[in-house]
Amino acid sequence: MKRNGPAIAFYAVLAYAFLHLPLLVLGVFSFNASRFTNWEGFSLTWYREAFADGQLAEATFNSLLIGFAATALATAVGTLCAYGLWKRSSAWITTTLYLSLVTPEIVMGIALLALYQWLFRYLRLPLGMHTVILAHVMFCTAYVVTVVAARLRSYDKAQEEAAMDLGATEWQAFFRVTLPQLMPAIGSAALLVFITSFDDFVITSLVAGVDSETLPMVIYAMARKGFNPSVNAISTLITFSLAVLILLAQRLEEDPKR
Amino acid sequence: MTRLRWWCLSPAGLLLGLLFLVPLGIVARYSFLTRGPYGGVELPYSLENYKLLADPLYLAIFVRSIGYAGLATALCVAAGFPLALFIARSGRRRSLYLALVVVPFWTSFLVRTYAWMFLLRDTGLINTALLRMGLIGEPLQLLYTPFAVILGLVYGFLPFMILPIYATLERLDPALVEAAADLGARPMDTLFRVIVPLASPGILAGSLLVFISCLGSYLTPDLLGGGKTIMIGNLVQNQFTAARDWPFGAALSLVLMATILLLLLPLLRRKEGLL
Repeated sequence: MKRNGPAIAFYAVLAYAFLHLPLLVLGVFSFNASRFTNWEGFSLTWYREAFADGQLAEATFNSLLIGFAATALATAVGTLCAYGLWKRSSAWITTTLYLSLVTPEIVMGIALLALYQWLFRYLRLPLGMHTVILAHVMFCTAYVVTVVAARLRSYDKAQEEAAMDLGATEWQAFFRVTLPQLMPAIGSAALLVFITSFDDFVITSLVAGVDSETLPMVIYAMARKGFNPSVNAISTLITFSLAVLILLAQRLEEDPKR
Repeated sequence: MTRLRWWCLSPAGLLLGLLFLVPLGIVARYSFLTRGPYGGVELPYSLENYKLLADPLYLAIFVRSIGYAGLATALCVAAGFPLALFIARSGRRRSLYLALVVVPFWTSFLVRTYAWMFLLRDTGLINTALLRMGLIGEPLQLLYTPFAVILGLVYGFLPFMILPIYATLERLDPALVEAAADLGARPMDTLFRVIVPLASPGILAGSLLVFISCLGSYLTPDLLGGGKTIMIGNLVQNQFTAARDWPFGAALSLVLMATILLLLLPLLRRKEGLL
C-alpha cells in the first residue's frame, strides 16, 4: 500500500504519546524526591517506602500465589478444551466460552458472589484464597482456549493420523506428537492468564475473603484514599514487569510456519 | 476417539457450568425475587425489580451509560482509524508499531486508570503545569468529571478499535487504492470512498467491542468519575454491596447482559469466529 505522508505520521506520534505518556510520566515521577508534583530531584524514597510496607508485601505474595495457581489450572483446562473442540466442535461449550468472554466483569463478580454466598449458607464454605483462584480459573479459561485454538487451526491433522498408523494410541498421539508442538502457544496463553489474574480487581474484590487481599485491592484502596507516591512506585514496577511478560508472550505466539 | 475428547472437554464443561452458568442462573432467579428486610432475598416472585428500572433516577443512569459508551466509541473510531491506517502502511515496521499499541493495553488496567488520576487531580501534573505557566489562576476540576470518565474509557479501550480495523486494512488490496488514484480520485476521495467502506467490517467489530466494554465498565467511572457520573456497572456493584438490594442488582445485571447480547447478534451471524 501507499507510504505514510507527513500529516499521518505526525498524527501517529501524537496517538502513541497519548497511549504511552501517562505511564511514562507516572514512572518518571515515581523517582521524584518530592511528595508533590514538582520535580525536586532523583530519589528512591518511594520505592524504599513501598518495599518496607508489610501490607503491600503480603498482598504481592497473595497475588503471586493466586496468579500461579490460576495459571496452572486455567492453562491445563483451557488447552484440553481447545484440543477437544479441535477434534470435534461442541456448540454448547463454544457458546458458553463466548458468553464468558463478553460478560462484563462486574456481572461475573456478583454472580460468583451469589454462588459463594449460597455455598457458604449450605456448606459453610467461607470466602478466601480458593474462591479467588476458582474465579480466576473460570474467567481465564476462555483466553487459553482462544490462543491455543488459533494455533491448532494451522496444525496438520495428518501428523496425528501418521502417529496412529505407526501404532501410537490416541493418547500417545496427543501427548507425544501434538502437545509438544502446541507448547509455544500454551506458554503464551499461560503468560496472558498470569497477567490477567495478577491484574484483576473487579471480580477479585467481590469474592476475596479477609485473608486474601491482593495487590490490585491494596493499590485501589491507596488510590482512593488520596495521594501517596509509593503507589507511583509500585505501579511502575507492575507496569514494567507486566510489559516484559507481554513481550515474551508475543514472542511465543508468533507462528513459526507463517 | 470419543473417550479422549470427553476427557478433554469435561473439565472445562464442569468449570464453566458450575462457576459461570449456575451463578448466572442464580442471578436470573434472584432478579424475580423480593428483597428481604436484612438485605437477603425472599419469595414471592415478582416483576417489581424490572419495573424499578423505569424509575427516572435509574433510567437516567442507563441513558448516561449508553451516552458515555457511544461518545467514547465515536472518539475511538476517530482516533483509532488513522493510527490503524498508519500501521497498515508501515511496511516492515508493522509488528513494532502494533506492539506499541498492544503492550500498554495489556499492562495493568488499574495502573493505567491510576495514571490518569495522577495527571488529572487538582494537584496533578496538568494542573501544576498550567498553574506554573500562569495560564490558570486556580486548579481546574478535571478529575471526577464526565470528561475524565470518557477520557479514561477511550484510553482504556482504544486498542480494541485499532486491532480489528488494522486487520481489515492489512487485507485490503492495494490495487484498489491505486486504481482510484489512476482514475483521478483525490487522496481524501480515495480515503472516504474506497478505504473507509472497505474497512467497515473492522470499524463495526471494533465499535461493538469498545461499546460493549464501555457499557459494562466499572473501574473507570468508579475511579475517574464522581457521584454524578456513575454508570450501570457501579449501580450493580452498589446494589450488591452498600445498598444490599440483591434482587434489583440482579435485574440490572440481566438487562445489561441482554443489551450486550442484542448488540452482538450481527457479529455472531458471521461465521468466522475466534474459536
